Amino acid sequence: MQTLVAYVENKPGVLNRVSSLARRLAINIDSLTVGPTDNPQIARMTIVAHTDEKGGHRLEASLEKLVDVLLAENISERSLLERDLALIKVLADQQSRPHLMELIKVFRARVVDVAPESLIIEVSGTVDKIDGLLEVLRPFGVLEMARSGRISMTRGGDLLRPPGAPTASVEPANVT
Amino acid sequence: MKLTGAEILCESLTKLGVQHIFGYPGGAILPVYDALGKSKLHHILVRHEQGATHMADGYARATGGIGVAMATSGPGATNMVTGIATAMLDSSPVVCITGQVSSKLLGSDAFQEIDITGITMPITKHNVVVSRAEDIARTVREAFIIANTGRPGPVLVDITKDAQQASCEFDWEASTPKLPQKRVRNDHNQEQFNRAIELLNTAKRPIILAGRGIMLSGAMRAFEQFVRTCNIPVAMTLLGIGCFPASDPMNLGMMGMHGEAWVNHAIQESDLLIAVGMRFDDRVTGDLRTYAKGARKIHIEIDRAEINKNVKVDAALVGDARETLEKLIPHIVNPDRAPWLAHIKELKGDSAVRDIQSLPDNGHLYAAHVINDLWKETRGEAIVVTDVGQHQMWEAQYYHHNQPRTLITSGGLGTMGFALPAAIGAKFAKPDSEVWVVVGDGGFQMTMCELATIVQEKINIKIAIINNGFLGMVRQWQEFFYDKRYVATPLVAPDFAALANAFGIRGERITSRGDVLPTIRSARESKETVLIDFRVEQEDSVYPMVPAGASLHEMIRRPNNPLVETASEP
Repeated sequence: MQTLVAYVENKPGVLNRVSSLARRLAINIDSLTVGPTDNPQIARMTIVAHTDEKGGHRLEASLEKLVDVLLAENISERSLLERDLALIKVLADQQSRPHLMELIKVFRARVVDVAPESLIIEVSGTVDKIDGLLEVLRPFGVLEMARSGRISMTRGGDLLRPPGAPTASVEPANVT
Repeated sequence: MKLTGAEILCESLTKLGVQHIFGYPGGAILPVYDALGKSKLHHILVRHEQGATHMADGYARATGGIGVAMATSGPGATNMVTGIATAMLDSSPVVCITGQVSSKLLGSDAFQEIDITGITMPITKHNVVVSRAEDIARTVREAFIIANTGRPGPVLVDITKDAQQASCEFDWEASTPKLPQKRVRNDHNQEQFNRAIELLNTAKRPIILAGRGIMLSGAMRAFEQFVRTCNIPVAMTLLGIGCFPASDPMNLGMMGMHGEAWVNHAIQESDLLIAVGMRFDDRVTGDLRTYAKGARKIHIEIDRAEINKNVKVDAALVGDARETLEKLIPHIVNPDRAPWLAHIKELKGDSAVRDIQSLPDNGHLYAAHVINDLWKETRGEAIVVTDVGQHQMWEAQYYHHNQPRTLITSGGLGTMGFALPAAIGAKFAKPDSEVWVVVGDGGFQMTMCELATIVQEKINIKIAIINNGFLGMVRQWQEFFYDKRYVATPLVAPDFAALANAFGIRGERITSRGDVLPTIRSARESKETVLIDFRVEQEDSVYPMVPAGASLHEMIRRPNNPLVETASEP
């Protein structure tokens, strides 16, 4: 599995170019998330691809050839933080509710919707953590679930800023 | 000054230095054609839009400049697809302009509406839809920059009809390109550079693999200096032919599937490969598991995505070929290569004496005769545009090119039907050059409608049809790998000479060897296009041949046959 971050022009068709490229290279995308950055003209993508290091390099270099991709970087080998968000709707009657609440606490998840027969649980964390919660919820009856896909960021001073962005300082801004 | 979008397009193309546009009109591009009529641009009416893209491609390949093709929406645009893909695979800078239905109709399946940017996304370097007249000048300028910077490639600009019709203020100065601000990578890696120097200075059996990137970079002089300085023999890819003179003693000839046997053997025995502007295509390497196993590899390549794609390299020098070679030259110590060069000479063995040209005439006309005679008669100075198949390989073996951009051929995509239209494009790019089409009877029938374009434009090219009555290369594969079951390869053709006459072109038919030279001579003397139908041996094969997937040294050699082997000793 390879994790790449890409900064792209935030305009129609760019997502299509990126996914079309992966298809052309016969690389299966496990997860692709995209959202605007602090500059609304630039979007940031996290791409998790089912491929080896060689495929990761090829994807990175090929992505950067696309005119609308400002920067692409394979961060798989770097120290990074990754998060996935899930909403899980699970069956919850009077009997099972206390057990569920206990599990939710253990996983540091939250209940975000309560209905007579079900709950919606919000959980964020690594993929493993969410898979773990899902595993224990399954016996209660998972009715529906939605996952955001992974977003990743390199840790600490290892900055990955879009080109042309003002030089970011790692120091906290002076507050007077 | 207020102009329509169509007028702005013509103005912009003129300002960008365009003189010729290869195209075909239709409803959604009519406003542009109306404006073309009032401009100084020379529009060449093709007979099929595929021809327009090949012509633009041939134009680009002959000069290094940008070729421009134009078509209407829908079928006009989809007919361009093969030509665009051909340009993409061979890194040719072509700009295609297509008309599109009005922006308010987009997505409504309107008459002749097709999502051509969606269709061409994987086969263009970039493409874009323009739906405002205000954006046309800037977008076209951007397209020209993208097409011919870095690794060149085709760009398609799809312009809606309302954008062509709308009027707006035309201000060339203000329409500056606004390409996304990308990260600039510092490609120079000192560690890799040092390793490359060390490998170059310590190798005992090195070979340079020269590709088309040398031409695209304009690195011919630097390359020659590099070869002299490090005293390393050169093997050519098909598309690299011409970037280093065939007459140079250090030029071994073509490598790969139909490369010279000694070249392939030398590559397999080498201890260092220096690949310059080539991409280790499977037609060049054969089986990757056994490819040059004892060799370290240096890859000089502008496209990062090509590094380690097919062959894992020991030193990757990402960057422009000319700059990289110039940086390397001062660090090279000129070593003694005499034993290695002597060994390669030995590998040539008796190929030279077994050359088809040295064999007694057996009364048959072989394609190699025709091409060798053509080479001799034109002193290797013509621009030769070949199609795809056996004749293409024979041309590469028997026509010895000393100048860059004198062999124009579809390598990566292997597009049959390429030669005739590409030659028309090359002639417009180089009107004072002698242009020869070398084409098979199969490929010629794919795009022969462009004979009418030749007549309408009154241009002077020479067409040599290598006519063996078969789809020759496919027949050869059937002979070798399908037990001579010739399914769908015997090919009926019209009387090409009579066909040429029907178009108003002089046509000749040649069946014996003695008539080859006089006919070529007489064709060259003519100020008009001449077509010569060479009826050659039907079941001749191209040797040597590395079967697809076999190791590079496992070549099929010519069997007990008076015609043994090719040998390029120009």
